Amino acid sequence: MIEFSGVTKRFRRQEVLQSIDLRIERGQRVALVGSNGAGKTTLIRCLLGEYTHQGQVLIDGESPREHRQSVLSKIGFVPQLPPPLRMPVGQLVRFSASLCQADPERMQAVADDLGFDARRYRHHPFFKLSGGQKQKLLIAIALGRDSELLVMDEPAANLDPEARHQLFRLLAEKQDKAAMLISSHRLDEVAALVNRVIEMDQGRIVLDDEVADSVDMTRLLAVVVIMTQPEDAFARALSEWGFRELADPCHWSGTIAGPDRLRFLGMLSRYAALLAGLEMSEAAGSATEASDVA
Amino acid sequence: MKHLWLTAWTDVIESLRARWFMVYSLVFGGIVVILFAFGLSESRIMGFTGLSRLLVTYIQLSMAILPIFVLITTVRSVAGDREAGVFEYMLSLPVSLSSWFWGRFLGRFFVVFLPVFLAMLGAVIWGLVKGSEIPWNLFVYYSALLMSLAWCFLGIGMLISTLARSSDVAQGAAFLVWLTLLLFLDLILLGVLIQERLPPDTAVAIALANPLQVFRTATMMLFDPQLVLLGPTAFVILDRFSVEGYIAWAVLYPILFGSVAATLGYFLFRRSDLP
Repeated sequence: MIEFSGVTKRFRRQEVLQSIDLRIERGQRVALVGSNGAGKTTLIRCLLGEYTHQGQVLIDGESPREHRQSVLSKIGFVPQLPPPLRMPVGQLVRFSASLCQADPERMQAVADDLGFDARRYRHHPFFKLSGGQKQKLLIAIALGRDSELLVMDEPAANLDPEARHQLFRLLAEKQDKAAMLISSHRLDEVAALVNRVIEMDQGRIVLDDEVADSVDMTRLLAVVVIMTQPEDAFARALSEWGFRELADPCHWSGTIAGPDRLRFLGMLSRYAALLAGLEMSEAAGSATEASDVA
Repeated sequence: MKHLWLTAWTDVIESLRARWFMVYSLVFGGIVVILFAFGLSESRIMGFTGLSRLLVTYIQLSMAILPIFVLITTVRSVAGDREAGVFEYMLSLPVSLSSWFWGRFLGRFFVVFLPVFLAMLGAVIWGLVKGSEIPWNLFVYYSALLMSLAWCFLGIGMLISTLARSSDVAQGAAFLVWLTLLLFLDLILLGVLIQERLPPDTAVAIALANPLQVFRTATMMLFDPQLVLLGPTAFVILDRFSVEGYIAWAVLYPILFGSVAATLGYFLFRRSDLP
């Protein structure tokens, strides 16, 4: 589906991409990781036809630069930093839907799923939304159409746990029909979403590895956390994950999305000294949701 | 074509909500209000009185303000959008580069011309309400001249925005262009050129090639048909063009100049990195 052949990009004398050769097929979910300045954003911009470069980028045999409309109509893109657009939310949805020949209602439905009521905010300027709301709307625009390639830069960075779970569910719906390229500077943020990892460093691909594809993106885990003693900071962190206090302030319970478990454990590790117990089991709702998706 | 109008409309919506547009509208609306408030429509100078007098003053002020305002707001917002990641996102959508570039150009033209025109229209409506005689020929001619000037500097602004990669550089370049045209505007520089024994035709050609000078001469022509104020240059202009010919030149040449600049900007935009 995607083919990079000898792609080199220079900014003045600096070579930001150095002869990249890469092939990504449909159904592949690729994590593009690397530190700042590794070349991830430049690679994505070459893929979107936004940068001129040496070498060739082809998507289904077409160059994104020369066949912009045909190629970009297949791509749903979510940037890391939302653009400071002044237009109202409703206008942005209509504009995007019209360009992509998609149904704006479908985009609004995806936004609803992610917990953002786009209709309610239709007259609200986009740049005045919160970071999470902007992210949800841009994801809705990317997923609320028939995109065959999803390019996402830190897509879940500003999302609350419930919205993250919904995003994973929506990605699961797309996973067989589309290829996904998810960029992040931290592997643990995206590891559970992907079946291939590409690491970049100084404009080169330094690692290209397949990952065991056993992750069910719709899976939900029921979690009980027991603290050794009540602690405000820990309680706040759990509340942010949507957890509730049980009978006493040391017992907390909640659910997390399966692909989020690594990230959740990462959060818990910060409070390891306060951790008296942890239970994690398959939540009752996840199988139903998974079958709904299927 | 649909994408072109869609992009133009989106740019209009974006601009109408931007702070620069508020300032811009206030300046031109404010000029008309101030001219009325100071009783300019009641004064009589060189045979002009009432609304004619007000419109003559308004267009003289517009010549000073409009070009630099259009240049700076265009390069600031276009180069600023590129820096802020607006291009990165919007150009990831399946819109052709021609629809995007020209859609933005048309949307921006509508936005920069509208306040200037509405301020003038407001003055005319106020004159109608007060029962004044309306100089319709002057109103139509000045509207055409202002439209032509706005188009010209918008085209230059789009070219600069394409060439400059940051809004700071773009603003500096825009100011420099404006200053250069201003220096060639009149007689100081042209006088020096003539003193240096430059052929008069060359000096006149420079004046005719400068859209600011073309606009200025055209506005002069209405109250000074023999262009006495312009000195000997007037003979060359009137001999070669005639009054009607020069008026046509004054309306069409800046449009051509702006279109060429914008087209050059478009071809550079197509060939360069977009965000």
